[in-house]
Amino acid sequence: MQDNRAYAYYPGCSLHATAKEYDLSARAVCAALGVELREVPGWNCCGASSAHGRDHLLSTTLAARNLALVEEMGLEEVAVPCAACFNRLAVAGHELREDASLADAVRNVLERPLQGSAKARALLDVVARDVGTERIRDAVRRPLEGLKVACYYGCLLVRPPRALETDERVEDPQSLDELVRAMGGEPVEWPHKTECCGAALSLTRTDVVRRLSADILKMARDCGADCIVCACPLCMTNLDMRQGEALKAAGERFRIPVLYFTELMALAMGIPDAERWLKMHFVDASAVARRESAAAQSTEAQQ
Amino acid sequence: MGDAISAESATTSGEVRIGGTKTEPGFCREVERLSGQKLSACYQCGECTAGCPVAFAMDLMPNQVTRMALAGMVDEVLQSRSIWLCVGCNTCVTRCPRLVDLPRVMDSVRQIATRRGVRCPEPAIRAFHDTFLQGVERGGRLHELALVAALKLKTGRLFQDVPAGMAMVAKGKLAILPETPEGKAEVRRIFEECRRRAGEGDDHAG
Repeated sequence: MQDNRAYAYYPGCSLHATAKEYDLSARAVCAALGVELREVPGWNCCGASSAHGRDHLLSTTLAARNLALVEEMGLEEVAVPCAACFNRLAVAGHELREDASLADAVRNVLERPLQGSAKARALLDVVARDVGTERIRDAVRRPLEGLKVACYYGCLLVRPPRALETDERVEDPQSLDELVRAMGGEPVEWPHKTECCGAALSLTRTDVVRRLSADILKMARDCGADCIVCACPLCMTNLDMRQGEALKAAGERFRIPVLYFTELMALAMGIPDAERWLKMHFVDASAVARRESAAAQSTEAQQ
Repeated sequence: MGDAISAESATTSGEVRIGGTKTEPGFCREVERLSGQKLSACYQCGECTAGCPVAFAMDLMPNQVTRMALAGMVDEVLQSRSIWLCVGCNTCVTRCPRLVDLPRVMDSVRQIATRRGVRCPEPAIRAFHDTFLQGVERGGRLHELALVAALKLKTGRLFQDVPAGMAMVAKGKLAILPETPEGKAEVRRIFEECRRRAGEGDDHAG
């Protein structure tokens, strides 16, 4: 594995708006780790969460255009922070490689050269596996000592495993847990790592989302977590923005901060903007930063 | 319903009535063709329903959708909430011992319901998807603020989430203006070409 490897970078629509802090923290953390991210020029929406429900050819072609642009950049892999975009690009890539007649149909619609060679990688996977826990441990300036973290993978990072071509254990994924451990934090044992938050029903069947999100939030609390860490803008919206109404509907009063894994990394790596990004959340996450800096001070005092 | 298959009769429209239930023998083939899935592979173990996070809100359980589509029970399937409530979390397909991709089946049944103009029991969900895709077709990327605004107008839920939306704007999390990526025209052409191939004729925007 090269030390400074370049990846194409597909931010996706949410990271230019509601998940801006995910984009900013992903770029800052990767820069600090020596991972070069080159944004795909002229990328388009991958079609999640709607195109697959209208037309399979449309949803595959929307994703395939981005993969074709990655090939044009001369890069083999595209790092994707959003779990939903990752899923769409990875599944489309898999289908293009497996199904020759689909690939032909997509090429005809696309009117662009398309080898099908570009591979979508979840940014989490790139950081945890390609950079690796050893280099991350070396980059940590303020260890997350004593911080109990519920690692929430959600649905689309891990399912369906055959098409995503990842080596995560589908019912009990580990990469985020390993990452938290490498930063000195303590991943809690909890059964809701890959439960669904209700995803795109957020704007339409908010009642369903409240119930599913409350289940996840309560389980994280019951398992002793100080915060939840995720890798998806839609999970963040449902667990953070909808947290107040979800817990109210469930008759609960507590609050639990939710962070993108890149934000937690930025805190641990001492990246100065990290605390500013946390202000973009709905549930106050400053306690995670304070706790973590208090722990750092006591470590420094001991040394 | 022990006598369900006792009275079978064919009608002129190709429908078959089994014990008073209308069935359409070609329906299963249509779903199988669109989804690429073999419905008869399902042996009704119920693993999909057991793991489905939204089953509590569904009218037909996921395993029932598969079996009813196989039996050609077109009205029950096309009119059900379940086909719109499926969020595509992929829990079912991950656990299915027969590797049936049920989210693909749900997607396909939605497409058939839309094409046949079946009344959707979850109109807000359908409006969400239509508005989402109109936005992407127009701009190449999704403009989240425009999606929320258009959806409010379509569903009449003008005041839901207004404080949250305003907080988002204040936090700099909702871009006021859409992005204008290069390749916008290319995306529009992809939509048009796919629509032409699917033979839909015109956009089924609701």
